[in-house]
Amino acid sequence: MPEITYAAALNRALAEAMREDPKVLILGEDIGSLGGIFTVTDGLLAEFGPERIRETPLSEASFMGCGIGLALCGWRPVVEIMFSDFLTMCMDQLCNQAAKLRYMSGGQATIPLTVRAPIGARNSAAAQHSQSPQAWFAHTPGLRVVLPATPADALGLLATAIECDDPVVVLEHKLLYGEKGLVPAGRHRVPLGKAEVKRPGTDLTLIGLSRMTQIALQAAEELANQDVDAEVVDLRSLVPLDRETVLASVARTRRAVVVDEGVIDFGVTAEIAALISTELFGELLAPVSRVGALATPVPFSPPLEKAVIPQVEDVTAAAWKCMQGKPTR
Amino acid sequence: MKYLPAYRKMLLIRRFEERVAELHRAGLVPGFAHLYWGQEAIAVGVCHWLRDDDHILSTHRGHGHCLAKGADPARTLAEIMGRATGYCRGKGGSMHVAAFERGILGANGIVAASIPIATGVALASGLADDGRVTVVFFGDAAVEEGPFHESLNLASLWHLPLLFVCENNQYAISVPVQKRQGGRGAAAIAQAHGLETRRVDGNDAVAMLEASQWAVQRVREGKPVLLECATIRWGGHHSAQPTRRYRSREELQAAQAACPLARLEKRLIAQGEATPEELLEINAAIIAQVDEAERFARQSPFPEPGAATEDVYATQEGSG
Repeated sequence: MPEITYAAALNRALAEAMREDPKVLILGEDIGSLGGIFTVTDGLLAEFGPERIRETPLSEASFMGCGIGLALCGWRPVVEIMFSDFLTMCMDQLCNQAAKLRYMSGGQATIPLTVRAPIGARNSAAAQHSQSPQAWFAHTPGLRVVLPATPADALGLLATAIECDDPVVVLEHKLLYGEKGLVPAGRHRVPLGKAEVKRPGTDLTLIGLSRMTQIALQAAEELANQDVDAEVVDLRSLVPLDRETVLASVARTRRAVVVDEGVIDFGVTAEIAALISTELFGELLAPVSRVGALATPVPFSPPLEKAVIPQVEDVTAAAWKCMQGKPTR
Repeated sequence: MKYLPAYRKMLLIRRFEERVAELHRAGLVPGFAHLYWGQEAIAVGVCHWLRDDDHILSTHRGHGHCLAKGADPARTLAEIMGRATGYCRGKGGSMHVAAFERGILGANGIVAASIPIATGVALASGLADDGRVTVVFFGDAAVEEGPFHESLNLASLWHLPLLFVCENNQYAISVPVQKRQGGRGAAAIAQAHGLETRRVDGNDAVAMLEASQWAVQRVREGKPVLLECATIRWGGHHSAQPTRRYRSREELQAAQAACPLARLEKRLIAQGEATPEELLEINAAIIAQVDEAERFARQSPFPEPGAATEDVYATQEGSG
């Protein structure tokens, strides 16, 4: 198995999809000669040409709509939005159009659209280039939402997303683009809606997604040094959500900490905590703990950014409280 | 040219919309019904030149576009009445009628939102070089929305085979266009983006047919075009809304004096294409067609409640 970066894995998924299916094309800003500001489309213009590596004006609403129209006509467009924060520019097209056209047309419309966008705080990019808005899209029926945490999942989830006949929002973490990992050499697909147990354990379950899965794994190592055996589950998909894997893990450990980089209030962690609390009410040894970004815009100055974004120590602290049966946020 | 085929379509839309208004008053049309009466010449003038496999995208005021493009009045009315036999199985209603089998990719409840989607439909035709034309209908208020401007730029930049049809019916709910736009209108904006444009009297079916013939031909050759069609909204924003707070009776009477159907009737008789008696027969046949549509829709069942969770996704949960 070759070891490649998360960005290179996404690049490979795109290139393989475009070689396999002439109906796959990419729309986005700076995706041509620059290769995307995070290098994900590097080299694709040279191989596939400007018709299929289609650089757009700075018109997110219109090129998102353009992707929807192409999808209605049998293409499999991949729309790259430079930062997930810029999805606000095309919320109508994504949430009122792509998400609803199939439903409103009684099943006549099929929209095999993939939307890629980077999330997460990185390097003091401040409040309009650092958000983790996954809850917005998971809250919109009609969209599928996936968040790869590793290079192998980046390859496998993006490949599956492009082949999916529904609109799929693939949220990639900016701090993961440079992370390396082993990736299968041949054809690789990760089904949508399958969580993965990244680390088995018996004392409690840490549930993460995207980069927070990596943070949870680091926290699990620290907890292991103090004789706490944490299981780590990576959700990988929010829609569809793999309820079975989450509940099976927590049914065994009877303690859960949910970690997400999105704003904690009304967010992903609340949904997962509600699921666990509802289904396993009588069996839990502690209230479900939640760790997420503070309910502020993401600040600029490094110590402020660090204060808002979940850190390893926040996860270990929540885990200890959970072990003691105390409620945390 | 012969105008009777266009006349029949326009009359169908008029009689259909009158029936929708009646059914709405009778409580048989849930929600809103934004009626197209008075604007028939625009949809019919444009769609007259379209092939079956050409695409149209429409607005919340979309019944007329759908009928002009060949939608079945019975299935359209069934959809507007929320029945399971409607084109969208009762999931869309008046603002979202779509009939993909007729190239009708959907009316839309968000002003200007179908314009960006139309750029993609047109791009698909351009990439396939299949000679199909995409038409996007929108109202004067869409000109105030950002995606209209963005999409004109895309159409110009990528030479999209896309016909923009602005129906300037003078009002966005209650506010007249003069109080909303400081510029010189849709055509001037499109010209600034490098599109070919024409301004047309949208209440004159003959003028609409002539301008549309030119426009559809230019688009089929691969040039984006915008038609700005002047018309007037006859009713309220939707059928149940009175207009007296913002529009004088005299203004509406003047507009209705320009009725596109009445004007075309005079023309048909003057040039000997039909006699008054023949027009009465056509009218009776169309009323019978609308009666049949109503009978079909009334007899159709409502959807089963379980259908509410169908059609959200094309793929099964978890399968990708």
